[in-house]
Amino acid sequence: MPLPPLPDSAISIGLRVDDWRDAVRAAGGALERSGATTADYTERMVGVIDEFGAYVVIAPGLALAHARPGDDVLTEGLSVVTLAEPVAFGHPHNDPVAVIVGLAVTSSDEHVHFVAELANVFNDEQVIPELARATDAAGIRSLLGATPSAGEPL
Amino acid sequence: MKIVTICGAGIGTSGILKVNAERALERLGIEADITATDVGSVGVVAADAQVILTSPELVERIGKTNADVIVIENYFDVDELAAKLEIALG
Repeated sequence: MPLPPLPDSAISIGLRVDDWRDAVRAAGGALERSGATTADYTERMVGVIDEFGAYVVIAPGLALAHARPGDDVLTEGLSVVTLAEPVAFGHPHNDPVAVIVGLAVTSSDEHVHFVAELANVFNDEQVIPELARATDAAGIRSLLGATPSAGEPL
Repeated sequence: MKIVTICGAGIGTSGILKVNAERALERLGIEADITATDVGSVGVVAADAQVILTSPELVERIGKTNADVIVIENYFDVDELAAKLEIALG
């Protein structure tokens, strides 16, 4: 199953943020702009980290911001935020974070398919630093193998 | 053999850990059922599991368990997963 579309509205490059909360809210804001979620979902993504800690920093430099499915998820979605200056999330090994991938799913079943696709992409250890260095949305889509909208080629 | 992967929300990170743990097991030639779940459900889902895979932050929330708890630093590093699984299962 392919990744959800990644339109320009779901990508922010070289953002400056004060802390991890701002970084997660930027990933949430990008999901909102792309029409995948409402603002409530963004705050739930922050809440997951408040509750459970920085476990979402699943590899050096990468945070996978997400929350459970809910009414605030309008359609499955993906967003990517890269930071001008990496920020600490509080992870013992994988800080600081330069790339935040926002993830929204409508049920816990569907995500397993495209999460497998995400795993494929990131099993190449060069992808995270290359995402952090990418200078345009097309470059980010190309690294992830994502399309700008459903059914469109790269 | 039952292995459970855990994250806070039960989607996303535990799913990635499941996919890559399956790859690591395939490399080791070990067959196992891997279930992704959230840390709140771990007591029930992992009651009969031999191994729990999770991140450093969530270890203390797992509570009492008979399973081996393996802490994974880089969820995309199949080498790390395979080495730690081999020690736990070998």
